[in-house]
Amino acid sequence: MSLWEYANPVKFLGLSERVMPWLWGFAAACLGVGLIWGFFFTPDDFRQGSTVKIIYLHVPAAFMAIQAWFMMLVVSLIWIIRRHHVSALAAKAAAPVGVVMTLIALVTGAIWGQPMWGTWWAWDPRLTSFLILFLFYLGYIALWEAIEDPDTAADLTSILCLVGTVFAVLSRYAVNFWNQGLHQGASLSLDKEENVADVFYIPLLVCMAGFVLLFLALVFYRTGTEIRVRRTRALIAREGRGAAAQVEGA
Amino acid sequence: MGGFCALSCSGSDIVMELSVTDLAVGRGGIPLLAGLSFGLARGRALVLRGPNGSGKTTLLRTVAGLQLPMAGRVEVGEDSVAYAAHADGLKAALSVAENLRFWAAVFGQSGIDAALRAFDLEPLAERRAGQLSAGQKRRLGLARLVVTGRPLWVLDEPTVSLDAASVAQFGAAVRAHLGHGGAALIATHIDLGLEADVLDVTPYRAAADAMAATDEAFL
Amino acid sequence: MRALFLRDLVLALRAGGGFGLGLAFFLIVVVLVPFSVGPSSELLGRIAPGVLWLGALLACLLSLDRLLAVDWEDGALDLLATSPLPLEGVIAVKAAAHWVTTGLPLVLAAPVLGVLLNLAPQGYGVLVLSLALGTPALSMIGAFGAALTVGIKRGGLLMSLLVLPLYVPTLIFGAEAARRAAEGQDPATPLLFLAGITAGVLACMPFAAGAVLRVNLR
Repeated sequence: MSLWEYANPVKFLGLSERVMPWLWGFAAACLGVGLIWGFFFTPDDFRQGSTVKIIYLHVPAAFMAIQAWFMMLVVSLIWIIRRHHVSALAAKAAAPVGVVMTLIALVTGAIWGQPMWGTWWAWDPRLTSFLILFLFYLGYIALWEAIEDPDTAADLTSILCLVGTVFAVLSRYAVNFWNQGLHQGASLSLDKEENVADVFYIPLLVCMAGFVLLFLALVFYRTGTEIRVRRTRALIAREGRGAAAQVEGA
Repeated sequence: MGGFCALSCSGSDIVMELSVTDLAVGRGGIPLLAGLSFGLARGRALVLRGPNGSGKTTLLRTVAGLQLPMAGRVEVGEDSVAYAAHADGLKAALSVAENLRFWAAVFGQSGIDAALRAFDLEPLAERRAGQLSAGQKRRLGLARLVVTGRPLWVLDEPTVSLDAASVAQFGAAVRAHLGHGGAALIATHIDLGLEADVLDVTPYRAAADAMAATDEAFL
Repeated sequence: MRALFLRDLVLALRAGGGFGLGLAFFLIVVVLVPFSVGPSSELLGRIAPGVLWLGALLACLLSLDRLLAVDWEDGALDLLATSPLPLEGVIAVKAAAHWVTTGLPLVLAAPVLGVLLNLAPQGYGVLVLSLALGTPALSMIGAFGAALTVGIKRGGLLMSLLVLPLYVPTLIFGAEAARRAAEGQDPATPLLFLAGITAGVLACMPFAAGAVLRVNLR
């Protein structure tokens, strides 16, 4: 039993039907626990006051925005190398989720930034990088929409994803070079010194887990939809040709 | 489905310019033709016939290497195909001679006089391609084949918008090409006055239940 | 390859759209800037490097959607694909011709337009140098975008959406170098980054663009 067996659309649908209720359930549980804990059962920050609590949306969304692109990169590579249709469709399915995560990160960031920095928007490296990431997502989605033939679209968007990744990383460093920012350091990192305090940390981790599960559930769900669309297309094509053959026979 | 051979396939001394084995071609993931097998020897021409939309163009594009076969094999010598389709790739801003010289240079050839002569384009050589009539443009597009210096011509409806005299001219050019040991695969509806074998693609139409390779996985 | 390069140059010259249009667009953008931000020469001098870079970038973008579309429509791209030239080479050559007809005139015109924008005297050399280093990357990245959208009707707008984010690093380093020089700082670091990006793009992008074009020709 190899992992690649789930690259078969029918097998994948079977798997996702079994897995999805669990994903939805755990995602709802983690998000419920994490957000309620974070919003109501953590102290206010001594400098930032209660505004700090938006961290429970902002950080997980920002994290998932990047992870979603990374997942698209991986499945694009799988499509280019092994040409499994499910992987191409998973990339297509993940992009809108990623763009919404990016948008959540940007909006919550603005809402958080207004009381903290006195401005909704600053051309800070992190903010700017996310804005650029947002543009990359838009271009990627627009290319999927613009091309009719699904395999051609999958090929082109995979290559765009690879090239885009290189340029997104380049832009990140270019933007760092271009402006030193206001943004606080990483909220989560392996270097414990930099991290937020433990009282905030644990509910934050729960929220992150919730966002990851939610992302997975959404991607499974959307990939399933894309597979069914293709299946319908294939059935219609077969039907159409069957009818044509009958007319000729008569 | 039976195979098809432009010549008696047994003759081992015949140099095959093109050989197609159990080929299936399709467009947009939908198979159009399947089970095609034929060969084309030097000095021979093969005319493809079949109704509109039967997949002649797709077959020619596949033979020319512009798209991949869905199944089967196409064997042609490397760099041996000169392809000509409905669009001639002419630049309106360049003169007739400049257009030809460009393609000659791309294909690593020189000398366009023979091509100009073969299609009676000498009086037009300095005229801008944009000022030519449709038939003259077509002749220029076909003259391009001569300057490529390639042995296998793959032609898609080459006689569109040609008058009777030009068709005869074209027929003569193809005959000359065959005489020099070239070969030609031509999709056309009219009689070119060639001594060519005819392959009707209608019987090879892909069976209705043969699912597209790409969508098969979804059923 | 040389024949293709020369043909593209001749076509750009004869069709009239090549040299003239991009330059005229660049000029108009630069002329419109004072109208939109006011005539203060101090402000104009400060934003001049950025405006010139942005104008050059937009002028470059303007002519990109015809880079491959013309050859696609008249069938020349199909014929080139069956010719002995590798598609990667075809793209690279067409990008080079695009640079000569669009990028190079912009580089040469930039100092003249710098006068209009009251650019500081010490900034001219580096501005020209940064544009000369950066515009080849703009043409090559643009050729990739053109290859991506070549089969799409009215793909021009989509191409802008795809190409502009890819222009970000080039723009940042190029404009930064020009700005630093105009303000009397050392522009070496951004110039080196810019040269690095251009070198990387010229080395790798033809392969990505060739792969994309092959998919589109299928």
